[in-house]
Amino acid sequence: MSRAFTTLAQFDGTFMMPKQGSTVSASVDSLFYFIFVICAVFFALIVGLMVWFMVVYRRTPQRMDPTSNVTHNTRLELLWSVFPSLLLVLMFVWGFRVFVDMRVPPEDAYVINVNAQQWSWAFTYPNGTETEDLTVPAGVPIKLVMQSADVLHSLYIPNFRVKQDVVPGRYTMVWFEAPEPTPENKPHRLFCTEYCGKDHSNMNRNVIVLPKEDFPEWLENADPLIGMTPEHYQEYVADPQAFITAHPEYVGLMPPAVMGERLYTKKGCVSCHTVDGKANTGPTFQGIWGRTEELADGSSVKVDENYVRESILNPGAKLVKGYGNVMTPYQGRIKDREIDMLIAYLRTLASK
Amino acid sequence: MSTLNAPAAPAYATAVDTRNYLKASYGPVSWLLTLDHKRIGVMYLVGISVMFLLGGIFALLVRTTLLFANNAEAVDPLITAELYNRFFTLHGAIMVFIVIIPGIPAALGNFVLPIMLGAKDVAFPRVNLLSFYMWMLGTALALASLFFGAVDTGWTFYTPYSTSENSPSGMILVVTGAFILGFSSVFTGLNFIVTIHQLRRPGQTWFRLPLFLWAIYSTAVIQILATPVLGITLLLLIVEKTMKMGFFNPAYGGDPVLFQHFFWFYSHPAVYIMILPAMGVMSEIISVFSRKHIFGYRFIAWSSVAIALFGFIVWGHHMFTSGQSALMNTIFSALTFSVAVPSAIKVFNWLATMYKGSIALQTPMLYALWFIWIFGIGGLTGLFLGTLATDIHLHDTYFVVAHFHYVMAGTIFVLFGAIHYWWPKMFGRMYDERQGAIASILLFIGFNLTFLPQFVMGSQGMPRRYYSYDEVYQVYHVLSSVGSYVMAAGLLVMGYCLFTSLKRGAKAPDNPWGSNSLEWHTTSPPPLENFNGTPVADDPYDYHNLEWDPQIQGFRSKKPMVTSG
Ligand code: HEM
Ligand SMILES: [Cu+2]
Repeated sequence: MSRAFTTLAQFDGTFMMPKQGSTVSASVDSLFYFIFVICAVFFALIVGLMVWFMVVYRRTPQRMDPTSNVTHNTRLELLWSVFPSLLLVLMFVWGFRVFVDMRVPPEDAYVINVNAQQWSWAFTYPNGTETEDLTVPAGVPIKLVMQSADVLHSLYIPNFRVKQDVVPGRYTMVWFEAPEPTPENKPHRLFCTEYCGKDHSNMNRNVIVLPKEDFPEWLENADPLIGMTPEHYQEYVADPQAFITAHPEYVGLMPPAVMGERLYTKKGCVSCHTVDGKANTGPTFQGIWGRTEELADGSSVKVDENYVRESILNPGAKLVKGYGNVMTPYQGRIKDREIDMLIAYLRTLASK
Repeated sequence: MSTLNAPAAPAYATAVDTRNYLKASYGPVSWLLTLDHKRIGVMYLVGISVMFLLGGIFALLVRTTLLFANNAEAVDPLITAELYNRFFTLHGAIMVFIVIIPGIPAALGNFVLPIMLGAKDVAFPRVNLLSFYMWMLGTALALASLFFGAVDTGWTFYTPYSTSENSPSGMILVVTGAFILGFSSVFTGLNFIVTIHQLRRPGQTWFRLPLFLWAIYSTAVIQILATPVLGITLLLLIVEKTMKMGFFNPAYGGDPVLFQHFFWFYSHPAVYIMILPAMGVMSEIISVFSRKHIFGYRFIAWSSVAIALFGFIVWGHHMFTSGQSALMNTIFSALTFSVAVPSAIKVFNWLATMYKGSIALQTPMLYALWFIWIFGIGGLTGLFLGTLATDIHLHDTYFVVAHFHYVMAGTIFVLFGAIHYWWPKMFGRMYDERQGAIASILLFIGFNLTFLPQFVMGSQGMPRRYYSYDEVYQVYHVLSSVGSYVMAAGLLVMGYCLFTSLKRGAKAPDNPWGSNSLEWHTTSPPPLENFNGTPVADDPYDYHNLEWDPQIQGFRSKKPMVTSG
């Protein structure tokens, strides 16, 4: 806990607002503090008068009766209705203008697709690369086109002051531009802010802003499987270690089981399936390979490639006894090569 | 039952039962089947207090969980994410639908409304009893859900989470419960409207009504117009969940944002169902304890009506990030500011009432003053949320949580104030003034400690409904949890103070505070039929007729307000 107290100053923004990370942050903050000052003045006025009256007009045995008996003063009342109204109009107009800036993306914005599901984010770049943290170039307007595979989610990046619900059955959109790259150890935070069930509070990731010139290289190497020719892929699957050594140009390429283990986290399997034998929302993956599962309809099935593939793409088809039909189908949200990697990983978890 | 055809001549002239309503009959059945509005009010008060405690326990569980930042990483935590999600859902649903919405109108309104009018009862006493039992039934169903897959959707029941295949079956019970609670609310509202129209004393014009009744009246209008929308929405929710008919769930061809429109079309006006009665009580207490005529009666009265009407056209401000069009956002933002004005008017009028008054800082007045502070913060922070650009950042963070607790708990503070204010009338006993004041101060300090830090962490980005959170927010969470324990302590003191007064309290005079509204011109507690004679309607805020009499430790009317015969 003591660690928490020393981190009090760690927001590195201002007292009420976090760090300014996007081109709209500053204008939102000015507006926020403008309203803050108005509120503070009114609050001080109200409480000041209240305390003053409490003290000065306190009832005592000597002072049982009020010293005034006014019952109204229409002019005064009109004044204190109209004057605050003017301030409110100002707030509305200012809020509207900043909102328009936040809402309308520049024509040339760089588009990244966002897939939200219980309980993970997937960011897909134009070349097909998919990541769980959001990485963007600095100084480039970014437009996120978002969809949800299941329930409502909401993408919120406090430092950017942007937030937009992600709604199943339609696309929603949000844009921002981050002028500054993030330091190595200080990414921006990204939260899900629309309650989405059990692990809602784990649906948070980082936003990494790279210098504009570093971004293309990052993107090219972010997913080594992207752009691998079918021939190369065959070679890689046949003998991963040899292929990796022979082809250093595939930066970050690792054996399928390792890639699969990463996908296990990245694709959100981890939130419902353990690998330590504990039951969770879904059956555990410990010892899953080759296991015979008893199904809800009384039949049983041996866990092999086809069963795993079907369970990923269409989980409701064969339900393990004792578990609900709660897994969101991955149909359309996972590539065949990724399923291969996951299978390779599950194999390593075979029962001893 | 009083009839509508003969409002002008209620039967005060006939011989009345002069025993007080608590002693008029004995035994549980005499309470459970009573048609007396006062007993029904007391039963509501007991029921609502019990549910408030339950809701409070869930809140303490939530706050205790949040003492720790990385709950999700803890091995075998005592409170799991699933439990936590149920706790905040139950806390919210209980407090909103079962406690605050019926709170002031059903418990205290029921007790004092007919007496303030000089009537013997509400217009439809049987409907009144029925609405109490609807409240009981709705509450029982909602609680029963605990045993059938407790609901974890939040009190807002957003689709498609709430109707998806894996949503708990308890949903059906909770939603049915809320549906029935809605009926209870509509019945009470109807009853009050008819009573105020038909059963006023001759000479008691609209502008001689205590402002509490204007507030209750406006509230009743909202209850009647808005609650049916909630009813239909909840019904659609049940149909979608059980028959998989698509209204809101895209998996069945529905639209989740439509649900939000329906929900807030009720629930925004509902926040005024919660606050308006409190504002009404405020006008009574501030004036009485300043011993000065309420300032700007007409502005206050009409601002209640204005709030009730404007309240219907701002619901979209809960949906600025929902995917609603930019045009709609703009319109709703503009309209939202229109409700802020009448709220501000009331606060200024209360202050002007205190100006040059003779202010007695007794417990009800303390609660009223706390309310000015609390509602001041609650209302002003509403401005950050009504402003488009700032709301985008603040929506669904702890800033919103703090905002609505400041306004809704404002209502609870006034409810407490009102309980202390009418306690002598209800039970014929004075509570201990010192204990009452200590409890109110503890509650005030605890409340601010709980919710002020939430504004800061919210605007720093802490999302609401989070079981685990980033460590940077922990300081604020710890402060907030400590505050909630202070509040719990305050509640214990208050409970002790009120309970012991029932046995040990001094006998209450008829008019301990010096109010001129009619309920203080009958005995404490009132007789079964409210008055032993015929009450005379007068300006409820004119205190010239009342003088302090140390012998009875209460105020005495120089000119009698109840004529015999
Ligand atoms: C000056 C008056 C007020 C203004 C301008 C105002 C404005 C707002 C706005 C814009 C929101 C939506 C924030 C968001 O979700 O992003 C909001 C939320 C809320 N307000 Fe107010 N408000 C005012 C007074 C009240 C009062 C009097 C109450 C109740 C007694 C109230 C109860 C609530 C509740 C319950 C919520 C949020 C509910 C939820 O999301 O769970 N507000 N307010
Ligand atoms: Cu609202």
